[in-house]
Amino acid sequence: MDPVIYMDNNATTKVDPAVVEEMLPYFEQWYGNPSSMHSFGGRVAKKIQQARERIAALLGCQPDEILFTSGGTESDNTAIHGTLAAYPRKRKIITTRVEHPAILSPCRHLEQHGYEIYELSVDRQGRLSLDELAEVLDDNTALVTIMYANNETGVIFPIEGIGALCRARGVPFHTDAAQAVGKIPLNLKDSTIDMLSLSGHKLHAPKGIGVLYIRRGVRLVPFILGGHQEAGRRGGTENVPGIIGLGKAAELAGAYMEDENTRVRALRDRLEAKILATCPDTIVNGDRQNRLPNTLNVSFEYVEGESILMMLNQYGICASSGSACTSGSLEPSHVMRAMGVPFTAAHGSVRFSLSRFNTQQEVDFVGEKIGPIIHRLRQLSPFVKTA
Amino acid sequence: MWDYTDKVMEHFLNPKNVGRIENPDGIGEVGSLACGDALTFTFKLGPDGRIADAKFQTFGCASAIASSSVLTEMVKGLTLEEAEKITNKDIVERLGGLPEQKMHCSVMGHEALMAAIAYYRSKGKGAPPAVKSGKIVCTCFGVTDEEIRRVVRDNNLTTVEQVTNYCKAGGGCGGCKGQIEKLIEEVQGDKVRQLRTAPEPQPRKLTNIQKIALIQEVLGEQVRPAMRAHGGDIELIDVVGNRVIVAFRGMCASCKLADYTMKEIVEAKLHEYVSPDLIVEEETDSAQRPHNHQES
Ligand SMILES: Cc1ncc(COP(=O)(O)O)c(C=O)c1O
Repeated sequence: MDPVIYMDNNATTKVDPAVVEEMLPYFEQWYGNPSSMHSFGGRVAKKIQQARERIAALLGCQPDEILFTSGGTESDNTAIHGTLAAYPRKRKIITTRVEHPAILSPCRHLEQHGYEIYELSVDRQGRLSLDELAEVLDDNTALVTIMYANNETGVIFPIEGIGALCRARGVPFHTDAAQAVGKIPLNLKDSTIDMLSLSGHKLHAPKGIGVLYIRRGVRLVPFILGGHQEAGRRGGTENVPGIIGLGKAAELAGAYMEDENTRVRALRDRLEAKILATCPDTIVNGDRQNRLPNTLNVSFEYVEGESILMMLNQYGICASSGSACTSGSLEPSHVMRAMGVPFTAAHGSVRFSLSRFNTQQEVDFVGEKIGPIIHRLRQLSPFVKTA
Repeated sequence: MWDYTDKVMEHFLNPKNVGRIENPDGIGEVGSLACGDALTFTFKLGPDGRIADAKFQTFGCASAIASSSVLTEMVKGLTLEEAEKITNKDIVERLGGLPEQKMHCSVMGHEALMAAIAYYRSKGKGAPPAVKSGKIVCTCFGVTDEEIRRVVRDNNLTTVEQVTNYCKAGGGCGGCKGQIEKLIEEVQGDKVRQLRTAPEPQPRKLTNIQKIALIQEVLGEQVRPAMRAHGGDIELIDVVGNRVIVAFRGMCASCKLADYTMKEIVEAKLHEYVSPDLIVEEETDSAQRPHNHQES
């Protein structure tokens, strides 16, 4: 296969070679169980503690506020179910219409079981309104869960403002930060966030490892019951190599934070400018002022996303689309719909998400190919009157 | 990632007969922007009564474009009687196969061909034929019982999942799966009947409280998921005797559902599952607001 130009980093990322190197000894050499009463296992426990400290350093929190999970989805489910169990009399959850399914699916399931779910709307730029939140927050609210940054558009929500409203009401606040951690600086010590989910494979660690940050003093009933691991907050023998890899990835993310917000941002902006200059009737989706530095979501009007991806794929370019053309989901993504992106544009939305491994050469190659691809597909489209 | 055949990729990357014939003898337009794929198919007859030229324009995924392209090649040189015999299955065969979940692309090609022939036949004889006929079964994608019977017959389908792959019906909220099952049984008869043994629910006499609870349940399970899939919602305001008062929120007007009013769909579901005497009314307040996507 031809060389791959990978611009789908919000879907998953390359595991950094330094992360792999850090993990390898813990498969064959130091395979002990961290709970064991021998120093062979104890050595592993120490390494897990180091990973916890590295992640705490990236997030600006205490190591004992880090709970390891199997990924973003488990962290989100734990936060939701664990909080509801801790506040059995409260029956309402406030979230948004643009959350990841890891939040929306459990919420809709709970709705079937008598909970009230309020989904905040977003405007055409994908922005939330704090006024709407203030209006619906009440004493029946058990949890507010709002993502830090949207996976499709990269739009960053006003998290501290949201947290302040929740705190004033005494309502726990959880944020799914799977897309934010490693891309923008966080400091949970001076934050109003009570719980935060992150996912390893979004920041150059492996798949199947994640974290739920739980602020000291926040009430949460364990979600997965079993052994005494994770101070009794999550049963099950630890995913040792995953945890160690995530620790290293967190350390690297801290070191590369500057690069992500300067060089990677400039690459993204360069790609955006090139696309807008070469493709007429193209719009950028999401608030450009408050956006992750690596994410670009563009709608090419009158063409369908999957066919764009197939054409890009011919050149080894990997991106993704909010449109998934299978029989079950021919509709544009729930995020595009919530933003009110017109159908002429919503089906043709394509997300390019970069990482520190991308180069300017790659960006220029994509920028060169995209114009002719869109032109070609528009010639095929019955909705373009002047092709 | 889809596993497309070389033939599909060839027709996607180098489609044949792209465009729209000026003053065509037949034109078929199917699908919509809202539902993610759409096709305009035009043809012109030669002096010998055979299709001399055919062109297409398609908005959709790679297999939708390939299905359209191959169709234009297939029909050239055929009489209308011959062209009429083409089924979606023939399109799939010419492409060397399509992934199961993409079968609906070939069905769309077939529908466009049929619509174009019907257009030709009705020309000069009053109005063109209605685009859709039959009773709506899948409210999410606006698929009728006639369309479902046809794909079941043409492709010898036996499961609901297959029907979804071929014409999208059942692929949204899934509320119509029971009805699709019945249609499959109707067409396929004994071939599928012994597979299913569940008894029909008995009609029952309801108290007022049971009736309201059942209405809530039907709205929650049969109607709301379909509306949510389209970015809208429904709320039960009141039940007064046999009048069911509901409010619609944020529905999209540009989807296929607009062919039928939401009120009719809700009423049909309530008739089927609760009682044939119910009348659905829209809360006056919500009726005044447009059932539209928020656009600001
Ligand atoms: C915002 C968001 N939340 C949650 C997840 C799920 O994380 P995971 O794949 O680790 O379960 C993802 C990614 O898929 C995501 O983008």
